[in-house]
Amino acid sequence: MGMEDVSGRPRMKPGTSRSPLGWARRNLFSGVGNTVLTLVSVYILWMVIPPLLDFTIFSAVWTGTTREACLVPDAGACWPFVWANIDQFIYGRYPPSEIWRVNIVFALGIATIVPMLIPAAPAKRFNLIFLLVVYPLIALVLLAGDRPGLPPVPTSEWGGLLVTLVVAVTGIVVSLPLGIVLALGRRSSMPAIRMLSIVFIEFWRGVPLITVLFMASVMLPLFLPEGLNPDNLLRCLVGVALFSSAYMAEVVRGGLQAIPAGQYEAARAVGLGYWQAMIGVVLPQALRHVIPGIVNTFIGLFKDTTLVLIVGIFDLLGQVRAQLSDPNWTVPQGALTGYIFAALVFWVFCFGMSQYSNFMERRLNTGHER
Amino acid sequence: MKNPLVALILGILIGVGGLYFMLPYEPATRGAREIQPEAAPVTEGAQRVAAGSTLQRVKRRGFLQCGVSQGLPGFSNPDDRGNWTGIDVDYCRALAAAIFDDPAKVRFRPLSAKDRFTALQSGEIDILSRNTTWTMSRDTQLGFDFVGVIYYDGQAFMVRKASGITSAVQLAGATICTQTGTTTELNVADFFRGRGLSYQVLSYEKNDEAISAYDQGRCDGYTTDASGLYAERLKMKNPDENIVLPEIISKEPLGPAVRQGDPQWADIARWTLNALVNAEELDITSKNIDEMLASENPLVRRLLGDEGAYGQAVGLEGDWVARIVRAVGNYGEIFERNVGAETPLGIKRGLNALWNDGGIMYAPPIR
Repeated sequence: MGMEDVSGRPRMKPGTSRSPLGWARRNLFSGVGNTVLTLVSVYILWMVIPPLLDFTIFSAVWTGTTREACLVPDAGACWPFVWANIDQFIYGRYPPSEIWRVNIVFALGIATIVPMLIPAAPAKRFNLIFLLVVYPLIALVLLAGDRPGLPPVPTSEWGGLLVTLVVAVTGIVVSLPLGIVLALGRRSSMPAIRMLSIVFIEFWRGVPLITVLFMASVMLPLFLPEGLNPDNLLRCLVGVALFSSAYMAEVVRGGLQAIPAGQYEAARAVGLGYWQAMIGVVLPQALRHVIPGIVNTFIGLFKDTTLVLIVGIFDLLGQVRAQLSDPNWTVPQGALTGYIFAALVFWVFCFGMSQYSNFMERRLNTGHER
Repeated sequence: MKNPLVALILGILIGVGGLYFMLPYEPATRGAREIQPEAAPVTEGAQRVAAGSTLQRVKRRGFLQCGVSQGLPGFSNPDDRGNWTGIDVDYCRALAAAIFDDPAKVRFRPLSAKDRFTALQSGEIDILSRNTTWTMSRDTQLGFDFVGVIYYDGQAFMVRKASGITSAVQLAGATICTQTGTTTELNVADFFRGRGLSYQVLSYEKNDEAISAYDQGRCDGYTTDASGLYAERLKMKNPDENIVLPEIISKEPLGPAVRQGDPQWADIARWTLNALVNAEELDITSKNIDEMLASENPLVRRLLGDEGAYGQAVGLEGDWVARIVRAVGNYGEIFERNVGAETPLGIKRGLNALWNDGGIMYAPPIR
């Protein structure tokens, strides 16, 4: 209902003006408080963004092959440091002649995960089995080698983004099913299973991840017989997977509690068994509710992978820091450049996950447009 | 599966893949799982000593496991081609060359300062070559044997040239930037208190923070180990406006360490280090090694295995020193290649020069 002024001409409702000035007046300067907030925000952005752009783009050194290229006065980011070490950042110390194996694993992973994420793509069931069973085996054989035609590459040579992805993907793939099982166990009516689940969840939620990794890497070998040294990376993978399962279990339990008991009872009443009722009726509704929580856990897990540095495994961030100690590339702005690069890579992955979660929420309409 | 042809192809693929996955393989070439089933566990308190000699186990495994740092410029750091470089790294390559005649048969395990000792105790590594200071408590209480000194380090100060300070005793009343929680802080306190000088300390959690605080002029001096000072200088905007003061206020002899209880392995590690220094003293380099093999000098002939059976005495081959020098050069070559004047670090030999060249690097003779 538009307002009319005394002249009788129809006038647009105040605030519906489409000019930028009108928009700004409506949204940024609508009162004293808003005006002050706007000015403070603009001031903060003005303080942060121009120096950041100047450092990373305008004053940055883009080309060069040695550290001398970055030693010009008032130079910004030293990107040649990143170009020169890009192989280390992605593959760690994986032998250059074997890098094609990592590339195949990456390519196969993308080729499997992308159709999985597109709702319209066909053969979801086959795709899922491939992703959860066949792909990990192929990846293991290709990465670790030790088969005819594939020389072994010990995990101590792995590093960079490769390790970050191996740890994160393993954690994600293991923690979701294990977390669901633990959440169901915690709500089970069987006391033994309920107690076991509670003890497991509360134990792993109660210890810091650093402690878990440190124990797995440093203390475990002291308890094991001399010859038995399980692979360092494997120990970390197990630790990370169990740790994130406990968090995932609590997220899923939140979703389960939001489903009225009537859903389960009705499913049982039409003759479904426990697992049929859970998989067919309760879980699809429960998981839909907790997509933000699940993705939140995934993102947290992805960033927690950087902690493997403390047990001597170089993930992306650890590799950046290790390369910073190369005297042939030590420059005043080197550390900042390396950290900006690492932050950018992490941001791309985490932002991608969060955007996909938004897309799934809209598609499944979990908010019910309340 | 609707299409029988697709099912058939899939079945063949899975079958072939499964066969490939289960194929047997040579345990000797195993990489990812470094299990040595032959080694029986023997536990002696906190210290665990494996049955069988370390040399035998290293030979059976096919490579040496060497504990290094997670990145210390010039001592052990990865370069931009993914190789480990540095003095500590080259020492491990020398050891691998002495055992296998192949400096590449060594695997480096980056260790933090916290887990380096456990890794050696638990047998995850054969030797710890990680810029570790040789102290009495470490030598006697941790169950290790230090096999020698590969680099004489010590704590020093860096100040701005413009301040006009040329000696540490002129630092009275100065503010010193350093890293918190390390012995460096205690050494500074000892130095100033011992001379009755007043001072102020600004401690930072990370070395990077301390050096940038100094670079921004928040303190008059910065202190850490001398070798570290040269590395930190590279991170400064104007490195040439700073000088390192001549006083060394603490002794930090850095050297490799092995587990106690295997004298043969300790001998191999010790004499590999001594061989590097002796080779420099006798001017045997990686370039002239082949001519030196024909030398008439009895000292050279003994070192290179033409006379006597010194290598065999510790379970190695007679030409063990020739292998070492051919692979990594002598001590001087290792020093110059990793931290010397031609590198960005530009460290002078100083204390680490040979004893007959103004330094204290002195190795017992091989005879």
